[in-house]
Amino acid sequence: MSAASNPTPPLRRTALNATHRALRAKMVDFGGWEMPVEYSGLIAEHMAVRTGAGLFDVSHMGDIQLRGPGSLAAVQHLCMNDASKLQAGQAQYSAMLTPDGTFVDDVVVHKLSDNDYLIVINAGTREKDVAWVRSQIGAMPSIHISDYSDFYTQLAIQGPKAEATLQKLTDTELSAIKNYWFTWGKVCGLPNVLIARTGYTGEDGFEIYIPSDEPTSARVWSEVLNAGAEFCIQPCGLGARNTLRLESAMALYGHEISETINVFEAGLGRYAKLDKGTDFVGRDALAAIQAAGGPKRRLVGLEMIERGIGRDGYPVCTVTGERIGEITSGSPAPFLKKNIALACVPVQYAALDEVVAVEIRGQMVKAKIVATPFYKRARKST
Amino acid sequence: MAYPAGYRYTKEHEWISVAGASGTVGITDYAQSSLGDIVFVDLPKVGDRLEAGKIFGSVESVKAVSDLFSPVSGTVTAVNEELKNAPEWINADANSTWMVKLDLAKPAELDALLSAAQYEAFIAEETGK
Repeated sequence: MSAASNPTPPLRRTALNATHRALRAKMVDFGGWEMPVEYSGLIAEHMAVRTGAGLFDVSHMGDIQLRGPGSLAAVQHLCMNDASKLQAGQAQYSAMLTPDGTFVDDVVVHKLSDNDYLIVINAGTREKDVAWVRSQIGAMPSIHISDYSDFYTQLAIQGPKAEATLQKLTDTELSAIKNYWFTWGKVCGLPNVLIARTGYTGEDGFEIYIPSDEPTSARVWSEVLNAGAEFCIQPCGLGARNTLRLESAMALYGHEISETINVFEAGLGRYAKLDKGTDFVGRDALAAIQAAGGPKRRLVGLEMIERGIGRDGYPVCTVTGERIGEITSGSPAPFLKKNIALACVPVQYAALDEVVAVEIRGQMVKAKIVATPFYKRARKST
Repeated sequence: MAYPAGYRYTKEHEWISVAGASGTVGITDYAQSSLGDIVFVDLPKVGDRLEAGKIFGSVESVKAVSDLFSPVSGTVTAVNEELKNAPEWINADANSTWMVKLDLAKPAELDALLSAAQYEAFIAEETGK
């Protein structure tokens, strides 16, 4: 009799896996995907995105397309933001919620045209999300659900020089694409590439969706790096992606948002449109939380005052040592050159400048509550 | 980067260089390269007694924390205070960037450590290269 075994499935690879290896990237397991965590070095990559440009392979993200006369009703039922406000060519940050008002996943909804929506989902939750979508809206009338997650290589070109870099590879007038809008255009000779002014770095930038075959993916990757060479573009790994999004206080699934943290606790209530005119999964729970006077705890920004780095999962305590919560994400911030964290604490400790302690391997190290985002880019005056 | 033949090494990736009864301790090039950009070191104080194989401090990169294990037992005689402000020196040159110096309590403990060749073989085994 053989022992019951539960072998770990092999890690999934994007079409750019060999490209990353050729660049001598350090590869790690991220949500079941073998992904580059850094190439030249996390800090250099982070700084390249803040000051010039960086290129990320984010093909592990998933893509669900909803089509048909019932698609808007389906998106409205599934997601907390108001998709009826979207125009064709516009995207919005949103989330799929559990009936408790907690997170199945956060998503970006793109309105491709009337009756046609593309929902971009996280890598680690792909299967769960697809199953959730089918279970929640699969029986709604006049709707067609397609999982196109493996059809695209998704590249993120981010940084103040992202537009100048990508503009060299397309005739599409990129300056005409507003933040959180998208269009289709020819990129590196490929027709009909979805070009979106979106990202996860707190910097200006684009995400493009190209065919996921290896030769095309590798060619476009290297053409973007060549185009950005004059701006010192760097290939960037998930390490820099994480510190960039943390400086900008953007949520990461499994950390700031999860099935145990609700929308108001996560500070994302502004994206939940309870009065959008249609019911959505989780709406009743959110209304009940509001009626009860709001959440009991919420996410705050922390900046270490004393010497020490608060990291994911470290306890947050009062200065007298009473445990009150924990850090959801914490790290040195390469651009700000401070040690920062996001933490979930009871609302009575959430006031700005409140001093708390982070327990770092047995030592109490002082930190204070600060405003988020920690970093905000200067907006171009238009 | 090569591993100096005159040093002794631990399986936790520290090196020690010995002169008489005094030892100088740092981390290996393999350790710094695995950690990535080092941003923080936490070291003991002069006079602290370290024990072979026990934690004496920590080193942190942007992404990770790693404990430091003392190669041998002894009393700390000097601490590289400059690393507080310039921990990135460890990335730049792990072989010559020291962390602590100590008076060896039991010099015979050195025999249990790896030679440069043994350490290199150990790394090769760990990384499968």
